[in-house]
Amino acid sequence: MSNFQENSQVDSSAGNISADGGSLTVEEAIANLKQREDPSLRYYAAWWLGRFRVNEPAAIEGLLEALQDETDRAPDGGYPLRRNAAKALGKLGERRVVPALIECLKCPDYYVRESAAQALEMLGDNRAISALIPLLDGGVQAAQKVPGKPHLTQPYEAILEALGTLGAVEAASIIEPFLDHFTEKVQYAAARAMYQLTNNSIYGERLVQALEGNDLQLRRSALMDLGAIGYLGAAEAIAETLAENSLKIISLKGLLEHHLENSSLEEGLSQESLRIMKLMDQLL
Amino acid sequence: MISNEEVRVLIQGVETADSSDKLLSAVKALAAVRHEAAIPTLIDVLRYNNPGAAVAAVDGLIDIGEPTVTPILEQLDGYNYGARAWATRALAGIGDPRALDLLLEAARGDFALSVRRAAARGLGNIIWSKMPINEVKSQQLQTLETLLQVAQDPEWVVRYAAVVGLQNLGMSATSFNPDLLHHIIEQLRDKIMDDPDIAVRARVNMALQILNAQP
Repeated sequence: MSNFQENSQVDSSAGNISADGGSLTVEEAIANLKQREDPSLRYYAAWWLGRFRVNEPAAIEGLLEALQDETDRAPDGGYPLRRNAAKALGKLGERRVVPALIECLKCPDYYVRESAAQALEMLGDNRAISALIPLLDGGVQAAQKVPGKPHLTQPYEAILEALGTLGAVEAASIIEPFLDHFTEKVQYAAARAMYQLTNNSIYGERLVQALEGNDLQLRRSALMDLGAIGYLGAAEAIAETLAENSLKIISLKGLLEHHLENSSLEEGLSQESLRIMKLMDQLL
Repeated sequence: MISNEEVRVLIQGVETADSSDKLLSAVKALAAVRHEAAIPTLIDVLRYNNPGAAVAAVDGLIDIGEPTVTPILEQLDGYNYGARAWATRALAGIGDPRALDLLLEAARGDFALSVRRAAARGLGNIIWSKMPINEVKSQQLQTLETLLQVAQDPEWVVRYAAVVGLQNLGMSATSFNPDLLHHIIEQLRDKIMDDPDIAVRARVNMALQILNAQP
């Protein structure tokens, strides 16, 4: 979800404006990440390297170092640079950073833990599973708001989504109770994970119901979840829900890609593929 | 047929709406009557910077169709960017050849991917029978060249829309220009089939399936 929001700008009026390429070169970005004089340059460089997927040894090294940073501190005591570095490492596809990201799951900064969980999901390395499960200790009862903060005790959405994507079947019984968490977004994350772990359409339908809700943000969230899990039964509901066409198209693309993973284009198109593409055509 | 007086009341409803929700329902009600007297108001709504209302107005303009093309084109220059984008979408949906130059330009170079996407799809909707017959062939060629260029856009969804546009161009062109159909099939098979995105490749397959079934 949050990965999506960062990567594509939402089509609010006339449409997406593609992200500005920025004026950095790869060499400059790496140099900015390594220097210590200007924290804001370093912070921006970490983001930039992830955004443009600069998978070079020097970039990886610099980002790993940034995960240990003590200098750049937010007013709330958080670690802005670590957050950006963890996000960037998620995008570079380099699995040797997994242990370092697992370490970040213990960071006192909630947003570092969240970025690390999202990055571990993106890297798809199941060594992360046994490190993610303990963050659910105490179950739904422990998943409360932190007084004075806009977030819960743990980044539950990111954790549940990662466990689902990583195929943590052993965690299903721990995840299931989160379907009844008091926030919808956590419920959806649990439904999404449960669908990925069981393929049971009950959980897909739970997200389809969310498309009929009154809150636009939650409908957007459900669109991205359905796209991520590729629940085919949702196609028509996705095309009908009240949200931007751009988001519906991305969601349907998720269904299509997921469906095509298990078939070969050379064998011809299935009825399901044709159905999804006809829906996409109408949204262009 | 609804009376002019009734349309006037609906227009007033749009003009006096004092909330986003009221505006949306008023625009929907006005669009639903498909009356030419509603055109200036529906075009005006495109300037309001209210995406829900703009979608409803675009749908309404597309439903009314051809009579809306001249007023949209006439007012286009005075528009802010957002309104231009919505107007381009309306013109893409209508398919009137008078909007062809505008759609060609938007598909190639608009900075918003959702406008390039709508324009590319619109290029496949052009109603060629409304164009002077001696211009059709050269304009179709220009449309084809533009769509082939748009099929290399950096954004997958724009390339996807270009494939949809090419498919529909191929289908609408057959009676005028059978060579064009063969050329489109060839280009889809040889060039666009290598697209890095599997969703685009799947759409190329679908287009080829449909175009190869053409008589």
